[in-house]
Amino acid sequence: MNNQNTSFFGRIDWITISLWFALCIIGWFNIHAAVFNPDSPGLFNLETNYGKQSIYIFTALIIGFCILIIDQRFFISATPVIYAIVILLLIAVLIVGRNVGGNQAWIPLGSFRLQPSEFGKLATCLLLAVYLNTQSNKTPNITTLLIGCSIVLFPVFLVMLQPDTGSALAFFSLIFVFYREGYVSTKFMVLGGLAIVLFVFALLVPNEWILIGIIAIISAIALYVNRQKRKHIINICLLFLASMVYVLCVDFAYENILQSHQRNRIDIILGKMDDPRGQGYNLNQSKIAIGSGQLLGKGYLQGTQTKYNFVPEQSTDFIFCTIGEEWGFVGSVTLIGIYLFLLLRIIHIAERQRTTFARVYAYGVASILFFHFFINIGMTIGIVPVIGIPLPFISYGGSSLWSFTILLFLLLKFDSARKGLSTS
Amino acid sequence: MNSFFERKYIIQGIIIAIAFIIIARLFYIQVIDESYILSANNNVLRKVVVYPARGVILDRNGKVLVQNEPVYDILVTPREVKNIDTLLLCQLLDIDKTEFDKRIQKAREHSPYRASPFEKMLDVQTFAVFQEHLDKFTGFQAQARTIRHYPDSIAAHFLGYIQEVRDQDIEKSNGFYRLGDYIGASGVERSYEELLRGTRGVKNQMVDAFSRPKGIFMDGKYDTVAVSGDGLVSSLDKDLQVLAERLMKNKLGSVVAIEPSTGEVLTYVSSPGYDPNLMVGRQRGNNYMKLLNDPSRPLFNRPIAASYPPGSVFKVVAALTAQQAGVINAQTVFNCPGGYFANGARMRCTHVDGPTDLIKSIQKSCNTYYGYVYARMLDSRGISTPEAYTLWREGLTKFGLGSPLGIDLPGEKGGNIFTAEQYTKRFGSNKWKSTYNISNSIGQGEIGITPLQMANIMAIVANRGYYYRPHLVKAIGEKHIVKEEYKEKISSGVDAKYYEPIIEGMSRAVNLPGGTGYAVRINGIEMCGKTGTAENAHGADHAVFFAFAPRENPKIAIAVFVENAGYGGTWAGPIASMVIEKYLRDTITLPKHLQDRIYNGNLIPKVEEKKTIVKKSNTLSDTIKNKRQTASLEDKKQIFVHHSQITR
Repeated sequence: MNNQNTSFFGRIDWITISLWFALCIIGWFNIHAAVFNPDSPGLFNLETNYGKQSIYIFTALIIGFCILIIDQRFFISATPVIYAIVILLLIAVLIVGRNVGGNQAWIPLGSFRLQPSEFGKLATCLLLAVYLNTQSNKTPNITTLLIGCSIVLFPVFLVMLQPDTGSALAFFSLIFVFYREGYVSTKFMVLGGLAIVLFVFALLVPNEWILIGIIAIISAIALYVNRQKRKHIINICLLFLASMVYVLCVDFAYENILQSHQRNRIDIILGKMDDPRGQGYNLNQSKIAIGSGQLLGKGYLQGTQTKYNFVPEQSTDFIFCTIGEEWGFVGSVTLIGIYLFLLLRIIHIAERQRTTFARVYAYGVASILFFHFFINIGMTIGIVPVIGIPLPFISYGGSSLWSFTILLFLLLKFDSARKGLSTS
Repeated sequence: MNSFFERKYIIQGIIIAIAFIIIARLFYIQVIDESYILSANNNVLRKVVVYPARGVILDRNGKVLVQNEPVYDILVTPREVKNIDTLLLCQLLDIDKTEFDKRIQKAREHSPYRASPFEKMLDVQTFAVFQEHLDKFTGFQAQARTIRHYPDSIAAHFLGYIQEVRDQDIEKSNGFYRLGDYIGASGVERSYEELLRGTRGVKNQMVDAFSRPKGIFMDGKYDTVAVSGDGLVSSLDKDLQVLAERLMKNKLGSVVAIEPSTGEVLTYVSSPGYDPNLMVGRQRGNNYMKLLNDPSRPLFNRPIAASYPPGSVFKVVAALTAQQAGVINAQTVFNCPGGYFANGARMRCTHVDGPTDLIKSIQKSCNTYYGYVYARMLDSRGISTPEAYTLWREGLTKFGLGSPLGIDLPGEKGGNIFTAEQYTKRFGSNKWKSTYNISNSIGQGEIGITPLQMANIMAIVANRGYYYRPHLVKAIGEKHIVKEEYKEKISSGVDAKYYEPIIEGMSRAVNLPGGTGYAVRINGIEMCGKTGTAENAHGADHAVFFAFAPRENPKIAIAVFVENAGYGGTWAGPIASMVIEKYLRDTITLPKHLQDRIYNGNLIPKVEEKKTIVKKSNTLSDTIKNKRQTASLEDKKQIFVHHSQITR
């Protein structure tokens, strides 16, 4: 980018805006396909989802423009207020919210429904960035980590009360921010990854003692290799004991803490349960839709799975089915390419920031978008359990589109103004 | 500050890795795995069966016996029913509001999104009115289909009926039939089912997740067309059938007329009949139960399923087989002293005929004569009686007795003739003689034949020695195919020359004054016929008249059977006479008072009373009344022959 360009628009990252706009338009077309009724094709209609989505996109453009022309210091100083308002909304939704599909996640405002948890991610990102910015002169320490975690976990706690597990999980993606800023070590991330792998194996292997035996063998080999280093031997032994306890706990936690529908979703993904008409209906139909798209897809508005409503929630959480069916492998990979480009671009932007604030915020944006991208597409093709979260910029819905747009455009604002912040 | 700078590579690495995992997975399910496209097609495609029109059945002159008539089912999709004029709809369909709600509820339980039947089989007139308002009833739609329609309401037992397939039909058909299909259940509908049903077509209908129809897959590229069933040309003469059914009204019995030169059945009446239109349409279930519970058994197919002792017609067969066996000839004379008394057996005649030759024996229906004939057939052939009996029985089977003739209707019975072994078993040894079962000689005792077999005997006599299997369908399809089995000429085993005395005797019985059939003779046509009476253990005897005409080059052979009518000449004779004359000359010259008596007569027995018919006494009759004997050697057996009786 040409940082020497001093004009207002010249300093904005137009590549990101183009990617954002491309995703919005792809979303709009596919929402049209998802709600398209072959019996009455009709004209453009504001009553339908794609009609409303066009309004949302238009408003999102205005919101984005407004963000770009407002002074960034306004947002920074308003951050605690924004956070407080969102927390209040999250409390309010528990009291006055409307229950949709078992989740009390929506506040009705006329014909529009506000989903505070979508804005919760935005506020949390902002506050975390502001806070870590104040701590940037010190070396990373445990106190800062704990306060930072509290900022994240407080809205998580409120969202869990709805209970909207999917949205709550999205907050945990902010672990990447702590990692990048050095508050957690690479070792911790690796252990975290191992914990996930062990969790899956603990559920897959019918007898946990077999798994423990395998872990013991791996530990023994590790001990032999490291037999000269006393410190490593102790670590390996500790790790082995921890794994054993963890594996034994997983089953207990799985049976007693998770709700039955969550257990079912995990069982289906792991192939332990086959119920294409009941619990697995969504996933099965979703895979059929995507799989039947084959290499080149069936063509726009030609998807039978999509047109004839076999996939539920297909303009919101399962929008990727429409893309997979009508545009095929080529279209799907193109979309994934755009996302990948966007995410890498955001990390690129993050790394060129001079302030901890802007970098933390940028990583927050990348983490949240990445989590949504991975979980949403992953669930439609059956590699992660079904978790009801939208595909950013593409899924139908005002709250989601606006909150992600604000999230992204604030980053662009901070990026475009980074010269002015260079003193800190 | 940027001390952890290198960590961006790890984060980027994770993101790229995840993206490639997703792409790999997509590659697998979209490009490698083909099963999903199949599942998608299974989801969206429904094979809709297009029903062909069932074959039409015409009579021998091309007049319609059964055709297809459009009816309309009204279907409702409960989700789409909004703001309709319920009152008007109820009025048009003649139902009330509670019934309306009940049906909507039932449809909703089936599926709120899918069209379910609301009202079935509206006729054209009702539907025409309904259709004018159909656009106002959102959520309701009409679906046309065809049902059987019988313009003259005749020949129910021949035509039969169709019904929804039962589970065992589906199993037997190897998956051809599906639930809700119709199948011929009786009559010609059943025996020619494979030809009449046609070939079903398949439409590839697309449906949505709620099974709502959404257009045709690939514009019908993979659809097949329904082919209508073959038409049948029946051998029946519609006008003759109408007449015979009118004559048999309020009587129990059968009328079977056969064209001797082909074996084609011209008239096929089982009485009481029913209107075949009762077996289609909305009231079918009720009508069927009513018919099933009717004590006069209208569903019983008498011409092929009822078995009666033949009575006098049997003498014709006995005379023919005895001549062929050489035990008598046209000049053989027996003296009739008013009964047959030999070896202790006593079988009385109704009259004293004195010396009787073969012609006279037929003309007068002399029991005594046939007692002697039977005795010669069994006892005087130089072999043991059971062996001789077996030969005697063989002669009868060549006349089509004792086993089904093979008519193209389901449920044909063969009647009954005991075998020698059965008698040996009954009498306890093989030392029995003709006197043991002398009643066989005159077609009583253990002999049972169907009205169809009786008519067929007349066809054999008319042909002087052969017959074609009686059949009701003379041509199949557009090419007018005739089944091979109905082209085969079957010999009776009796040479043509032996028929003349018999025919002469039958001719005299009708055309000479004083003959039993003289009252029903046809001026200008030499009809050969005979009255007969079949014994009935349960009530008044059954009247029989069998005949063929004209004598030379016969065109029609007929057997008329009227249950509980007593004397054959009174009821059965006029019916046979009128049918024959109608067929040969298309007019009826029988005296008016005779005609009226037949049309107005009611011989249906009252349910509680055993005997409602007062038996008529007539010196010319050879009516036999018999209390069914459970003959054993020691038992006293009695055959009542009107004014006389015999005892052993």
